[in-house]
Amino acid sequence: MNRIARLVNPVKSFIRKNWFSIVLATGIFWLPLPFPEKPPQERHIRIEASAYRFIPEEIFVNAGDQITIELVSTDVIHGLSLDGYSLVMRAEPGQTAKATFTADRSGVFRFRCAVPCGNLHPFMIGKLRVGDDIFLIRGIALGLLGIGVAMRIPSTFSKKPHIGTL
Amino acid sequence: MSRIDLSQSSYFAPLLRNRWPQFLIRAVTLAGFLFTILTGLIGSEVGSNNFAVVFVWIAWWSALKLFFIPLGGRSWCSICPIPMPGEWLQNGGIFNPRRFQSSKRKNWPKALRGNWLQAIAFLLIGLFGAVILTSPRVTALVLLGLFIVAFILSLIFERRSFCLYLCPIGGFTGLYAKLAPLEVRTKQSVLCAKHAQKTCYQVCPWGQYPLALKSSTNCGLCMECLRVCPYDNISVNLRTWGEEISKGSKATLDETFLGLMMLTTALADAAIFLGPWGKLKSAAYEVGTPEWWWFVIAFLLGALFLIPGLYFLAVWSSTRLERSRNTLRSALTHFSPFLLPLGLTSWIAFTISFAFTKFSYVLPVLSDPLGWGWNLLGLSGKTGVGEISPLSSFLQIVIIAAGMFWATRTARHLSSSNRQVVPLAIFIASFGIAMMWLLMG
Repeated sequence: MNRIARLVNPVKSFIRKNWFSIVLATGIFWLPLPFPEKPPQERHIRIEASAYRFIPEEIFVNAGDQITIELVSTDVIHGLSLDGYSLVMRAEPGQTAKATFTADRSGVFRFRCAVPCGNLHPFMIGKLRVGDDIFLIRGIALGLLGIGVAMRIPSTFSKKPHIGTL
Repeated sequence: MSRIDLSQSSYFAPLLRNRWPQFLIRAVTLAGFLFTILTGLIGSEVGSNNFAVVFVWIAWWSALKLFFIPLGGRSWCSICPIPMPGEWLQNGGIFNPRRFQSSKRKNWPKALRGNWLQAIAFLLIGLFGAVILTSPRVTALVLLGLFIVAFILSLIFERRSFCLYLCPIGGFTGLYAKLAPLEVRTKQSVLCAKHAQKTCYQVCPWGQYPLALKSSTNCGLCMECLRVCPYDNISVNLRTWGEEISKGSKATLDETFLGLMMLTTALADAAIFLGPWGKLKSAAYEVGTPEWWWFVIAFLLGALFLIPGLYFLAVWSSTRLERSRNTLRSALTHFSPFLLPLGLTSWIAFTISFAFTKFSYVLPVLSDPLGWGWNLLGLSGKTGVGEISPLSSFLQIVIIAAGMFWATRTARHLSSSNRQVVPLAIFIASFGIAMMWLLMG
């Protein structure tokens, strides 16, 4: 029982002292942020795949856009698999593969080569940003809140010898 | 919080005190290590199809950062196969502890002590990372090279000189072992003082005297001291994470440099392996081309000047704000413990991105370790592309934010005022945001 108390008490004490920051941190993650949404549109995006890179490397679209991707391979067989969208394509050299989807999920999503194409194949990655990168903004806010909370913790410096004597 | 001594636990004590469990695990890791070298040398040249690349850089490298270091500090070192043959030779047998004062081997040169060589070795792994992490042949040759160097050094120098001063992974694990919740310490110093033979020191492959241990950096958790102490005066303690640095464990300039190298390589690896910049990947991979030389220049400028320069600026501003009379050198080492939580959490967040998406490579290479078209377990050809799930993104954000909190808290503990922390907090925030952007932006 004592052991459990010794483990739990510091946590309880931390929560008691920082309850407001904990509520704020929860809010940072879950509260909707007031970013204006742009009207959706149709987009045709041509992506060229060659050894270990996609061109363009980064694509920016609005939430709700209907996107048609044309994947062209310029050397060997490449593929494209988009995180979060279950979209998988495969392009033979010189041929165009097409796929259409609606960008209904906001955030940043990696697309990766889906066909082994060489040693760097697992790292052949591109980036699709749908709308504003709210998740990153939330993350940065959470990190800055953490720094703010940490700075409120009293220093133990006075109990230690002066820096120069260390 | 008081510690829990695992050496007194009825579950853990037999595992720690008996040499058999450790030997069995070491035998497995040694066999796996030799098999890895073999598959790297004779198997498929495609990294994602070869056991060597997948097991070393996806399975083991991830386990080290997600499991061994955060839970056990240098626990991997206690089962690492690289120094085994040399250590067995030094001990005169597989089950023997180190012989008392029988060695005629030399001490490691004083000028080469510390973490400097490990930092340089880690920097080289970062520099050639795109090749080492993807080429089975290069992976095998690097492992074989480490194995041979460790063996030769064990013939010339005392104890585990290779692990202490040269091994890049030893530098990595040793540095972050300060944060780990596991330590070996003595129980009562008076018993050690009256024990003239100092058997614990005599048998320690790492050359540590447990009574003098203030840091877990150079303790390989081999448990030899626990086994030979005639007074049962050694404890294996569970402690809180980061307890060692919050209690003012002294850092040295070489540790500070190593900590900064770890930050740089975490950023560089995140940009190369998880970023969308194809030109950067190709430049890092095509060794010897003009693009590679530009990559080398940029990497070394970042590692040796940019990140250390920003840290230097933060510490200098911090000392100026307090009108401190301390030397800048002492301030550089004094504040450096905050680099550890920042670095470790960044490496963990990087590993979540890296390993979770590539884990689908692990089972198929068990089925076809050489990439020769075998299907031993019926799992060949089932490699998925992998993707970052919302849960792993959430975990990464929380871990990096926790690292920013932990690093600032450490800096606050080491500062005399809030004003003094501000430049350090700016450094921490800049690094944390950069890491978040590279991994999730």
